[in-house]
This record gives sequence, structure tokens and C-alpha cells, in this order.
Amino acid sequence: MLNSQSLDVVLWVISGWLLIGLLGILTLHRFTFIARVLFPLGGIGGLVLAVAAFRSLINGGTQNRLLPIGLPQLHFHLSLDALSAFFLLVLGVAVFGISIFSAGYFRNSTGTAPGLLCLEFHFFLASMALVLVAADAYVFMLAWESMALSSYFLVTANHRLPKIRAAGFLYLLIAHIGAIALLLSFGVLQANTGNYTFSNMRMQSLSPFWASVAFLLAVFGFSAKAGILPLHIWLPEAHPAAPSPVSALMSGVMLKMAIYGMLRVCFDLLRVHIWWWGVLLLVLGLATALFGVVFAAVQSDMKRLLAYSSIENVGLIFAALGLALLFSSYGMNLIAALALTACLFHVAAHAIFKSLLFLTTGSVLHATGERNLGRLGGLIRFMPWVAWLALIGILASSGLPPFSGFISEWLLLQSFLFTPGLPQPFLNMLIPVATASIALTAALAGYTMVKFCGVVFLGQPREEKLNQAHDANLFEKIGMAWLAIITITLGLAPNFIIRLIDPVTRVLVNQGLAAQSKSNGWWLLTPTSMARASYGPLYFLLGVVGAIALAFILVRVLYHARLRRSAAWGGGHPWANSRMQDTAEGYGQPIRQVFEPFFAMKRHLPKPEDIEPRYEVIVEDKFWNGVYMPVVRVTEFVSSIVGRLQRGRISIYLLYSFITLIFLLILVPSARK
Amino acid sequence: MTFSQLLSEFFTIVASLLLAPLLLGWVTQLRAWLQNRSGPGIFQPYRILHKLFNKDSVMADTASSLFRFTPYLIFGCMLLASAIVPTLSTDFPLAQAADAIALVGLFALARIFISLAAMDVGTAFGTLGARREMFVGFLAEPALLMVLFTSSLIAHSTSLKTIVTTQIDRPFAIYPSLVFAGFAFILIFLAENARIPVDNPSTHLELTMIHEALILEYSGRHLALLEWASSLKLFAYSSIGIALFLPWGISTQGSIMSLLYALPIFILKLLVFGVVLALIETFSAKMRIFRVPEFLTIAFLLAVIGMLTYILLGAKAS
Repeated sequence: MLNSQSLDVVLWVISGWLLIGLLGILTLHRFTFIARVLFPLGGIGGLVLAVAAFRSLINGGTQNRLLPIGLPQLHFHLSLDALSAFFLLVLGVAVFGISIFSAGYFRNSTGTAPGLLCLEFHFFLASMALVLVAADAYVFMLAWESMALSSYFLVTANHRLPKIRAAGFLYLLIAHIGAIALLLSFGVLQANTGNYTFSNMRMQSLSPFWASVAFLLAVFGFSAKAGILPLHIWLPEAHPAAPSPVSALMSGVMLKMAIYGMLRVCFDLLRVHIWWWGVLLLVLGLATALFGVVFAAVQSDMKRLLAYSSIENVGLIFAALGLALLFSSYGMNLIAALALTACLFHVAAHAIFKSLLFLTTGSVLHATGERNLGRLGGLIRFMPWVAWLALIGILASSGLPPFSGFISEWLLLQSFLFTPGLPQPFLNMLIPVATASIALTAALAGYTMVKFCGVVFLGQPREEKLNQAHDANLFEKIGMAWLAIITITLGLAPNFIIRLIDPVTRVLVNQGLAAQSKSNGWWLLTPTSMARASYGPLYFLLGVVGAIALAFILVRVLYHARLRRSAAWGGGHPWANSRMQDTAEGYGQPIRQVFEPFFAMKRHLPKPEDIEPRYEVIVEDKFWNGVYMPVVRVTEFVSSIVGRLQRGRISIYLLYSFITLIFLLILVPSARK
Repeated sequence: MTFSQLLSEFFTIVASLLLAPLLLGWVTQLRAWLQNRSGPGIFQPYRILHKLFNKDSVMADTASSLFRFTPYLIFGCMLLASAIVPTLSTDFPLAQAADAIALVGLFALARIFISLAAMDVGTAFGTLGARREMFVGFLAEPALLMVLFTSSLIAHSTSLKTIVTTQIDRPFAIYPSLVFAGFAFILIFLAENARIPVDNPSTHLELTMIHEALILEYSGRHLALLEWASSLKLFAYSSIGIALFLPWGISTQGSIMSLLYALPIFILKLLVFGVVLALIETFSAKMRIFRVPEFLTIAFLLAVIGMLTYILLGAKAS
């Protein structure tokens, strides 16, 4: 196994996952076996995958395989290059944590049987890995569709609830509309050669018009998967509906498959770049990021909050990608590599910390049965493990030093500051605005995460039953701790990750940052030059920890450590209860006020004469009424017309066939001429 | 990293620790004089710190370990912030550890922890303060970043060291972009340090308080650390203002002699800064909390305009 090539190992892991899935279906209701044996095995598969991908990244080179399965004359073309390997690494590392967590998470319930869940889960993993190693459009679409289908079944695991079925349907619908666009995009990319392998697409030189068509179709298709505006609508419905480990997989890993696809099509298959492509992605990404974070700030369901936060993060990744595309179109490859590094770093960072956060919501959900922020609170006292691990995810997600989210934000801002120097003056003008919106998004992300952490884990329990909440079990703890450790490592050793990103950017834009970045020592991040910018997370951590330790010791030595406990000050009231704390709605209220035009709000305020005063705010997405409902109405109108053709009487249908036949007969002679 | 560099870093840290309460005392004293009161004297903050450190700490029953740990963290963050801003010299080892973006990140880290700690006890005032603090922060933080970026564009660097050296080396000229950034910075300074039009550090009025609501549950040594940290924050912000807009006099070498020359000039600038701050606080009225977003949006937009101006004028020149 050690001497075999990385791609073979990847294929073994994929087959292993499929096998685990089949074993699951054979042992449909043997819950303990499935949870304690099959899921950890799948997790170990993820680890093996990560090691193989890591080796492939370090050794470099591209490996190709032709598997004689599939349709006759249309075999599976597979290939593993640096880009695939990087995403496989992210997938493997995240899956290890999530699978171990799942071993402790899934319980016998009214929904899908555990064996079936195991099958869907591992098919989902296998199809994601297959997407990453696909080297022709046929395998890619096959894997892409099985990814969509298996995740659809996972989303609807709790299918007895009508709301969850509706969410699943919406997800499936948008996934398929996106898939159609992708299919068309591949059709344009092969340029009438009839050969759908990626190696053939690379050789085609499309005219700017057709290249743009292919690009736009790919943007549409991949944004449907990534949740980019205005195709984000399914994401906040489907991610919360799924069981937490599945939400973690979807938010953390599956969204990155769309980013992989974008990178593959934009930088690998399309060799020419046009500047407005980059601007389009940049604007789309920034709009999505701001939209996502503003909506996240006003949510009162913890999983919806995280889902919107995923929309924000994917928006940032898209913006970085657009920036790289813009630089690359002007031949500024070094800066393009910087922007791409920011993009890929955020892919890795977000995959890990968002998985971690979704897993913590899973533990909270199990311990309390609540997802509503208004009924949680104070859990740090009952579930310290979950709370402190969540805090790590929250700090990373808020983009704070010295955690992982900060590094990608830092790299992204660095690449923005480089931008003056683009040949088009008006593009340079765009930069301050874009930088400002990124800074605003990052600050709002902090606001949102404080709300999430503060309302769920801190304060006083808002319900009686929370006092009985228990901490996560061993499997859950291991899974979350793994992801937390990776998050910290990503934040503290960025040069190590940049070393892994280096081969990817070399494949995509012929430039890498690794040598430059560690030229002043492995602990110091200097992507361009020392005088220009440097950041040393370890120094930084040492500085903070040192100052804390100094303060602590001095206070203890010079003064004392006396501490008295007493009741909190209730502002002069004779009693203080948990209802006096700020609610989640209250916490989001300032954001609702400032960003009012973003929301479609339904508000019911109590009046003095009301006997049963009721306060209610429903925040809705304007896109739903503004974009989707018109489309739905048009579709319904068209189908009602088409529906008139269907009379349900055989004679009418025979008449249709007859008319069609006559029509074709008329056409045939005219075609012969 | 040479011995003299370490020595200069140590010197800077000690100087900031000692000067920070003094600056606060100076501003308070000036305000008292401007309002025709005799004032407590500029050494009052030291006395308060000494008193608080000697008192017992009283902590709410519901407080978790996060609550207990936070004052040390905030103090550490603010100390590090004053240590990475070039105050006396530009040649010190921590300069490479953190640049302008990391500095803003450091302030954000402190803000998030103090807000979390305030929510931890679960009282009405704590959560209210946390919400308001984050609310002020989400506009002030990007605005500060934009101000720093305006200087970064001029120096082609986000490293604070390079920004200051570039400013010192170039012949004196007024950059229009820096004028915008300067105005924005003053507004952010007032908001971030809980000074008068945004917050009043000397009252506990529940309708308007932000900073005091956050630390309401703290007492004894924890409160002392937080008070010291907030004076360090004031000091760090003043140092940022000096480094960005009036850097002349900051030593570019690391030797102790040059630091001793730089110190009086720096103190002089701080004194003037204190006068300006006291004047602003005396002549303006506390605004309603709902007006704060407008105030900060102005700061944010001014900073963005500053960046735009630089690019516009820069594009014209080339």
C-alpha cells in the first residue's frame, strides 16, 4: 500500500466507502455495529485519503488512470493533480473528524434506518472524492449527480416532517438546475470535438464569445451548489434540516466541491481569461458575503445562523477567486497566486471550522433538543467541552488572530492592497469599495459569532430543562477535538499550509508563494517581502500569552487572590431571572435596523389594548418573493397551458400521434430537397 | 533579534504601562479644569488601580471560568497592542509579528472576549452592554482598517514599521487622503475609547452606557486589570494616531540613547493629544445611542473616501 501511487490509494478509499455503505444496508437495523464499527472505519478511510493526498502534493506530478467501467467506448478517465490533491486533503481531514463524531451522534430514531443512513453517508463521501479525481465530463457529472442525490436523501433523513421534505425538494430542484448548466458548459468547452475528456478541453482554443458562454454557464452551475446569490435560497433551508454531521459535511466540504469546479473550469480548462469575468465573480462574491453575514446576524435558529455564515464564507472565497482571475487576465501571475492562496487557505480553514461549529450544534441539539436560540443559554456550565471547542471555532470564524480564519482574511486583504497597478483606472477605484465591504463583512461575522456563542453557551439557561443537559460523549469529543486541533494548527503554522498550496497555484497560474513566504523563517508569514507585510502567528500568540502570564503572576505576587462569590447585581430589582437577558432577537435588532432594506420583515407589535400581547418578527429573504415566486408563477402558467393538452382520453392521444406523423411526413420531402 | 532591540522593546512596554494611566489622568484633569472644577489630579488613575488591586474580588455565582480569564486576556491584548505600535522607535522585534491588519484583529479579539464575558453572567446590563459594544465595533473596526489602509497605500506596505519610516523619510507634504483619514480616525478614536459623543466614561446611565455596562460585574483586581487595559487602549490609539499622522520624532534606530531622545517628544505629543481630546469632550454633548451608527458610518465613509482620493490623485499623477 505504501509503495502504490496516491491515485490508487484514493480509488481504494472510494471503493472502501462504497463497501462500508453496502455493509450498512446489509446490517440495516444493527445499530451498535453500524455506529461503533462502520462509521469509525469510514473516518479512517478519510485519514488514509488525507495521507495519500498529502503525499501526492509533496511529491508533485499528475497521475492518470483509465478505468474500464462505465459505458462501452466511454471509460472512466481519472486523474490526480495538485488541485485535486489539495481538495482531497481537505475532504479527508474533515471527514475523519465528522465520521468519528457521527459514531457517537446517530441514534435510533423514527427517521431513516441507521443502515440506510450509513449507505447514503458513505456514498456521499465516495461521490465527493470521485468528483475530485474525475478527468472527463462524464465521470464528473456522474459523481456530481450522485453527490447531489445522496446528500438529498441525507437532508431528508427525518422525512416524516413536511418542512424537511420541502427543504429537500428545494435543494434537489436547484441542484439539478445547476447541473443542467454544468452539462451545457462542458458541451461548449469540448468545442464540437465530441471528446469530453478534460485533456481534450484544455487543448481547445475557444473564441472569447464561446469561452464567455462556457464561463457564465459554469458560474451559474457552480453557484447553485455553492449558494452564491441569487441561488443561495436552498442553503439555509437544507443545511439546518439535515442531521448535524451531514450539515457539517455539506457546509464544510460539499460547498468546496463547487469551488473546486470553479477553479478547474476557470484556471485549468479555460486557458484564456477575460478581465470582466474576474470583476463579475468579485462583485457576486462580495454581495453574497455581505448578504450572508447580515442574514446570519438576525437568525434565531442556531443551524440557520451557521448556514447563512457559510453563505458569507463562500462569498469571500468567490471574491478571492474573482480577484485571482482578474490579475491572471492581466498576466500579473504572482499577485494572482497570492489571491489564489487566500482563496485556497480559506477553503481549508472554513471546511474545518464550519464542520466543527455544525458538530457542536449537533451536540447541543442532542443534549437539549433545542435549536432555537431563544430557548438555550448557559450551556458552558453543563457542557464545558462543547462550549470551549465551539469557542475555538467561533474565534476562527470571526477572523481573529491567531486563528485560521484570520490568515485567509489577511492574505485576501494583502492581495487587495496590491491591486493599484491594474491597467484600468476604474478597476482601481473598485478596490477601496471592495476592501471596505470585506472589512465590514469580517466585523459583522464577529458580531454574529458573539451572538451565537453568547446566546447558546453563556448567560443563564433560558429553560428549566437545560439544567439537565449533559456533555458530548467520547466519540463526539474526539471528532470535535480533532477539528479544533486542525483549526489551531492552520492558524499557527500558515507557512506549512502555504507549502501545500504552492503546487496548486503553480499548476493554475505558474507561480507559488511558498519559497518567498518562509524566506524569513518558517514562523513568519511574508507573502511578498518583509518590508511590505509580515505576520507571525506564533510570535503573536507568544506575545498575548506572555502578557497574560506576566499580568497573572504579578497580580498574584504583588497582591492577593481572594475571591468571593455572591449573586449578580440585578439593577436594584429584588430578583433577577433568565428572562431579563438579551434574547437572540434583541441581539439582532440593531442589525435589523441598520440593514433594513435587506430584509422583507413582517412585524407584529403589541398594542396597549391587547389582552394577550404578542411580539413577533419574521425576517424573510427578499429574493424569495422578488425572484423565485415570479419564476414559479410563470412555470405554473406554462404548465397549466400544457396541461390542457392532456385530456386523459385515448382517442385524443391517438389524434396527437397522427398529427405529429403528418407533420413529420411534410418535413421529410422538404429536407430531401 | 539583538540585545538592544530587546531592550528597546522592553523599554517601550514599560513606558506604555506607566504612561497609559497618566494619559487618562491628564485628560480627566483637563476636562475638570475646562469645566471649572478642581479635578482629582493626574495621578488619580494610579490611586484607583492601587485601591482596586487591594480589594477582594466579588464574582457572580453564575460566572464561568471564561469570565474569570477575560480580564487577563484583555490586559494582555492591550499591552501587546501598545507594544506593536511604533511609539518611541521603529526598530523592535515585535514589529514583524503583527502588521496593521493584525493590530485591528487584536482589538477585535479583545472586543469579542469582553462582550462574551459580559454575556456570561446573564444579567440584563451585561448582555445589553455586549450588544452595544459589538454594535459600535462592527462599524468602527472596518473604519479603523480603512484608515490604516490609506497610510498603507502611501507606504506600499501594511507593516506599521514601514508606514512610519516612509512618513518620516518623505518631505513634509499634506496628503489629501490623509486629511480624510485623520478626520475618520478622530471619530473612531472617540467611539472606540468610549469617549463623549458616543459614550461617557464617568456615568452609569443605563440608557446610554456601553463600556461601563460591559464591566459592571467586575470588581477588585479584575476590574483593576480592565481599567488599566482601557487606559492602555486609549494610549495605544493615541500612539496609532501619532504614528500615522505625526510620526516625526520617532527614532528609527533601536539604541537606548535615541529612545531617551524620542521619549520627551512623544510625551509632548501625547499631552497635546490629551488637550485636543479634552476639548472635544467638553464642547460636544453625548448623543443618543441610535445616532451612533450615523456617526460611525460617517467615519467609515470618510476613511473609504480617503482611500479613493489616494487612488484618484495617484492615477492622475502617473
